[in-house]
Amino acid sequence: MSAPVLETRDLTIRFGGHVAVDGVSCAFHSGTLTAIVGPNGAGKTTYFNIMSGQLPASSGSVLLDGEDITRVGVSGRAQLGIGRAFQITNLFPHLTVHENVRLAVQAKSGHAANLWTRWSSHTAWIERAEHYLEEVNLAGQRNALAASLSHGGKRRLEVAIMMALEPHVFMFDEPTAGMSVDEVPVILDLIHRLKGHGDKTILLVEHKMDVVRSLADRIVVLHNGRLVADGDPAAVIASPAVQEAYLGRPAGKAAAHG
Amino acid sequence: MLGAILSGDFPRSRVLTVVLLAIFVGLAITPFAIPGAAAINTAAKICYFIVLVVSYDLLLGYTGIVSFAHAMFFGIGGYGVGLSLYALGPTWPVILLGLAIGLVVAIVLALLIGLLSLRVKAIFFAMITLAVASAFAILATQFNEFTGGEDGRSFRVPEMLRPGYRLFDGEVFGTAITGRLLTYYLVFVSAVLLFLVALRIVNSPFGRVLQAIRENPMRAEALGYRVVYYRTMANCLAAAMAVCAGAMSALWLRYTGPDTTLSFAIMLDILLMVVIGGMGTMYGAVVGATLFIVAQNYLQRLMGIAAAATEGIPILPKLLHPDRWLLFLGVLFVLSVYFFPTGIIGKLRGSNKA
Repeated sequence: MSAPVLETRDLTIRFGGHVAVDGVSCAFHSGTLTAIVGPNGAGKTTYFNIMSGQLPASSGSVLLDGEDITRVGVSGRAQLGIGRAFQITNLFPHLTVHENVRLAVQAKSGHAANLWTRWSSHTAWIERAEHYLEEVNLAGQRNALAASLSHGGKRRLEVAIMMALEPHVFMFDEPTAGMSVDEVPVILDLIHRLKGHGDKTILLVEHKMDVVRSLADRIVVLHNGRLVADGDPAAVIASPAVQEAYLGRPAGKAAAHG
Repeated sequence: MLGAILSGDFPRSRVLTVVLLAIFVGLAITPFAIPGAAAINTAAKICYFIVLVVSYDLLLGYTGIVSFAHAMFFGIGGYGVGLSLYALGPTWPVILLGLAIGLVVAIVLALLIGLLSLRVKAIFFAMITLAVASAFAILATQFNEFTGGEDGRSFRVPEMLRPGYRLFDGEVFGTAITGRLLTYYLVFVSAVLLFLVALRIVNSPFGRVLQAIRENPMRAEALGYRVVYYRTMANCLAAAMAVCAGAMSALWLRYTGPDTTLSFAIMLDILLMVVIGGMGTMYGAVVGATLFIVAQNYLQRLMGIAAAATEGIPILPKLLHPDRWLLFLGVLFVLSVYFFPTGIIGKLRGSNKA
């Protein structure tokens, strides 16, 4: 297999005495969609946060294209091509829907800090933003404030913002959580199309097993901060480790769910 | 054409457009329309305060940074030009030198404060600016021989800007073209230009990032914007503009002192002007500054008239005595913040503003 795009080596984070992510080593390759599953509190979002830079690793390292980026900050990693859609919606609430996406397009351009041109003269950014709004069915609400969108609308905007960053690595953190039934296909369709490009590295934290089954090329299971299973979806889902993580031990003391 | 001058950022309200035009025309013709020193003094003060308040809006309204050091930067501009003129004599190059010194000192200070504290929580930044500003004000009054201490410094300006100077014999619309008038128009034109520069900055890609940072700094960082860099830049730009405002005030007043530029009272005034006008709009700063200074200067007279009119009625004349003007100014502020929480501009544009 080709060299991994994103890799973590022995990644650990401690909060006081609690080890939230415990020595996770895992490599992610381009053209592969890896689903990261595990019960609540397994450390999936924390693992994401260390990879995209929101949290500093206590020990271990994160590598992007073989380069150690453990010490690179959040904005630096975004510029290197790690895109993140947040689980808890994280928008610019009092800016318009369009502006939310346009800012992402602008960040990607080389002229983000330009002081003297008018923002509205950069029509290519405006059109790009429009394109990504259409991808998530939000073009009709382009002038609404982000805060006024429905929950599902905000989730879709969150995804559009990440798409607009045109990253190499896409990190979706439960993109369909809380969405209405008719909104979910929009996002799944989008991820499918993304996969279709064949050269993207996609990481997906997801609870819904049907979504995982339909999208994942590979499943990684986290439990109590540890990587307990990794491999082909069908095999992983059937494995005893996963059964235990989700359902507890068959007998005796039950595994702690947090 | 107009779109290019205003950077495509129009007032977006008919009433507001009328108000802004009235302010612009009013300030432009004051020296000819209203005789006497009081009117032109008020107009000049409005001009340099507009620059000061606009630059503060860049920080508070656009970037969401609460700073208490803005009056300090205003003071650095005032002292820079004032002390240079005092020490080196009243020539034009000295004014430029003073302005340059002020700009360098202010930008270095803004950079230091920014790099040291813009990474931390907003409240710490506010506290640090407060501490630095207080220390600076004390230093300025303690270096008596150099700064004139509490008394400040009066100084002479280049001959062309002195009251005795006449551009030519004779009058225009019944008004002699004195050096004072030339100074006024120097201040007025500078204010207009600096306002347009500020408007261009907030409507640039950079300015849009500032608004994103105000809304959600963590998200801005996750898009790849280095928030510290943008905040520090905004801090330096605002400081530089405040220095220009300070220089304008020094040229107009021919005096610089702690009470006119450095004091905490000025800082409070700036804050009130931004809030009353409406944060994050630039135009709000213009309306806020104008309203505030007009009220400050004319409320006393208005109350004198009211007190005379109510003579004979118990209590009321005493309540309306001109000495109580601060009380009424305070009541006006409380009412305006209560009824226009988004400022006058927010009210005029309708509350649903992007």
